[in-house]
Amino acid sequence: MSLHKVKVFTRFERFWHWTQALAIFVLLFSGLGVHGFHRLLDFEQLVWMHVIAALGLIVLWIFAIFWHLTTGNWRHYLPTVNGLWPVARYYAWGIFKGEEHPYRKRFWHKHNPLQALSYLGLKLFLFPAIWITGLAYLSYGFWSSGPVSNDTLAWVAVIHTLVAFAIAAFVIIHVYLLTTGHSFVEHVKPMISGYDEVELTPEEEAYLREDEPGRILD
Amino acid sequence: MVRGEPRLKQKQEVTTGMRPLIAITLSLAVLSGAALATADAEKPLPSITGEKIDLGIREYDVTAKKRPVDKSVTRLGEKPEDKSTTDHSKLKELQGPFKNGQEVTKACLGCHNKAGDQFIKNKHWTWHWHNPKTGQDLGKRVLVNNFCTNAAGNEGMCAQCHAGYGMKDARTYDFKNQENIDCLVCHESTGTYYKLPPTQGNKACSVMFEGKPPIDFTKAAQSVTLPGRSNCGACHFYGGGGDNVKHGDLSSVLFKPTKDVDVHMGTDGENFSCIICHVGEGHQWAGSRYAPVAKDKVGTGKPGMPRQTATCESCHGTQPHPAGLMGIKLNDHTDRVACETCHIPSFAKGGVATKVFWDWRTAGRLKNGEGYREEGYIQGDGEPRHTYKSIKGSFKYGENVEPTYRWFNGSEIYTTVQTHFDPSKPVEINHLEGSAEDPNSRIWPFKRMHTIQPYDKGNNTLVYMHLWGDDPDAFWGNYNFARAIKHGMEDFDLPYSGEYGFVDTYSYWPVTHMVAPKEKALSCEECHNAEGRLKEVKGFYMPGRDRNLWVDRIGIFLVVAALLGVLGHGLLRIVLRARRKQS
Repeated sequence: MSLHKVKVFTRFERFWHWTQALAIFVLLFSGLGVHGFHRLLDFEQLVWMHVIAALGLIVLWIFAIFWHLTTGNWRHYLPTVNGLWPVARYYAWGIFKGEEHPYRKRFWHKHNPLQALSYLGLKLFLFPAIWITGLAYLSYGFWSSGPVSNDTLAWVAVIHTLVAFAIAAFVIIHVYLLTTGHSFVEHVKPMISGYDEVELTPEEEAYLREDEPGRILD
Repeated sequence: MVRGEPRLKQKQEVTTGMRPLIAITLSLAVLSGAALATADAEKPLPSITGEKIDLGIREYDVTAKKRPVDKSVTRLGEKPEDKSTTDHSKLKELQGPFKNGQEVTKACLGCHNKAGDQFIKNKHWTWHWHNPKTGQDLGKRVLVNNFCTNAAGNEGMCAQCHAGYGMKDARTYDFKNQENIDCLVCHESTGTYYKLPPTQGNKACSVMFEGKPPIDFTKAAQSVTLPGRSNCGACHFYGGGGDNVKHGDLSSVLFKPTKDVDVHMGTDGENFSCIICHVGEGHQWAGSRYAPVAKDKVGTGKPGMPRQTATCESCHGTQPHPAGLMGIKLNDHTDRVACETCHIPSFAKGGVATKVFWDWRTAGRLKNGEGYREEGYIQGDGEPRHTYKSIKGSFKYGENVEPTYRWFNGSEIYTTVQTHFDPSKPVEINHLEGSAEDPNSRIWPFKRMHTIQPYDKGNNTLVYMHLWGDDPDAFWGNYNFARAIKHGMEDFDLPYSGEYGFVDTYSYWPVTHMVAPKEKALSCEECHNAEGRLKEVKGFYMPGRDRNLWVDRIGIFLVVAALLGVLGHGLLRIVLRARRKQS
């Protein structure tokens, strides 16, 4: 096992991440406005903003799901308890004592177990929940048939809003965790350049040097 | 059941000149809520407004003036001499001379031998309609409204808007005598024909009959055509005792409006006459305020099948907005929101005000022993309006008024002279049925008229007042509520306790005219807002207006907890790192 600078975030992955980040901020801003927390724009503009950002994000998700499945990148999100406890202990204790992060990124496990679990939760539960309720909200006119469905709409709105708050909380923690490494910039850089320090097995290194020399810098 | 909130809408434009009077009427309105039971004995103090005062009674003097004449916008109406198969001016039957209207009618019915049978079934003639759904007997012959209150017993004045001749008393009038049908009022196109009250009334009112130009019946008879706005408007624009008093969306502005005022009737636009929408055949036509179509599910019907209804949908369809995301979203609304709600943002447009508040309690003040009127409001077109009349009381006007919104399924329950009510709450003259739970209801815009009017304090019913007549009881001329009410009730053998009070009443007038150009339709924000126009319309979840308090609490807790968590975590890291460096 040796440490190498390897391209772990492909161009699509980075595009997906940053576009999604932008969309989430637009959605949070417009969603809070529609919800009534602010009216910096009027309702019609906010709704349009929300709908366009949401539809754009859904299209991106469709591509991202395809990408995960076809490239095998879904494996990064496989949950494991192996190494979960040391990471949790680190954030709750070790970090304050100046300990080193216990996890070393590996080629097929670029996220630490806690991170992978959080992203999995986000992708399997929060995103689908907000996606489905959002589409239900948007298509209200097609499934409403009289007054009964208006109560349903209220529930759709309740779930949609609660999930939105949960995603907002995720964004806050996600951004904060970028400060826990050596520096904020160091932590953000891989998602811009694509390259990060990764432990490679000799086989992985040999494969990269032979077949994808562009992905390994040193 | 009273659903309306007792406060007055304050959005109406009000000229500074009438502020003192408004202050008084407003405080009266407030007082009346608390002291309804005692209000009858206390005549409010005379208002010293310093406004122009003129003595005497003068009502409806504008209706006898020559009106702008329009041709119905139909193939026939554009150039009748080219398209019609008959030039009435050449008919030997119409060469006259005619001494009166009945002679003209006889000539009309001589050829149009089914028109009489048709018309005597029309509400304009019967003044009566039985609502089969609610079982109520309605119509001007019986109803009490909250303007001049009752036509019943006052036909001598009110029947000047009856489409017949000589109806002095609906109970004795011969509704089968077709020769008394007034064909001219609806069909003549000189704009010079007018009607006067069937009886002279009190001598104080005689001024109303003075100085009218003679009617040239022959000329009027030869001018007959399909009804134009000048015909319908002669009565309907002046309902309730003056220009736009009653409806709010039907005023003399509609004789020649711009399309900004009414996108359909605008002379710079479609230039529709009334009968373009109020379609019909055989002297029966569409558009009823007693039983309106609140939700038209049929729309335009099949191609080539014209529908006999006055709904927006009958021309525009049930999915009227153009294809596209926005169109889809707007079309989503049509099942629960009436077209008028978004497309008529305000009524009483174009410079003619409508009455929005009427206080009968102040009626009967005299100057030098004579009734008088005060001009206290200058409306948009510069014309003064009366804010006080001895014969009627005090008024408040509104222009460009934001409607009141209610769920409505087309069914209305009227408070008639027989209905017993609870006078501690405002009485709804016409209670609107419908709710969010009712799939046949939609949210509709209304003009809500607020009046404080006499009622029978012992029996808790509305009363008929004897307003018009040449006798010592007629209110108009004698100004005595006690005698006028006693006479009005006895005249119809109605129980009367002998004691009258004043009660707050609301009536609701569906707003259907003065449709704005589409650019001026309501924006989403106007309703999808916690403080929006539909704030008071309950029973359903509306995005942008409603939110779940617990969702907000949990959500805010979640976000704040995350923020505090990371802040605390970060702060602890910084503090501990600093301490490590020291040691």
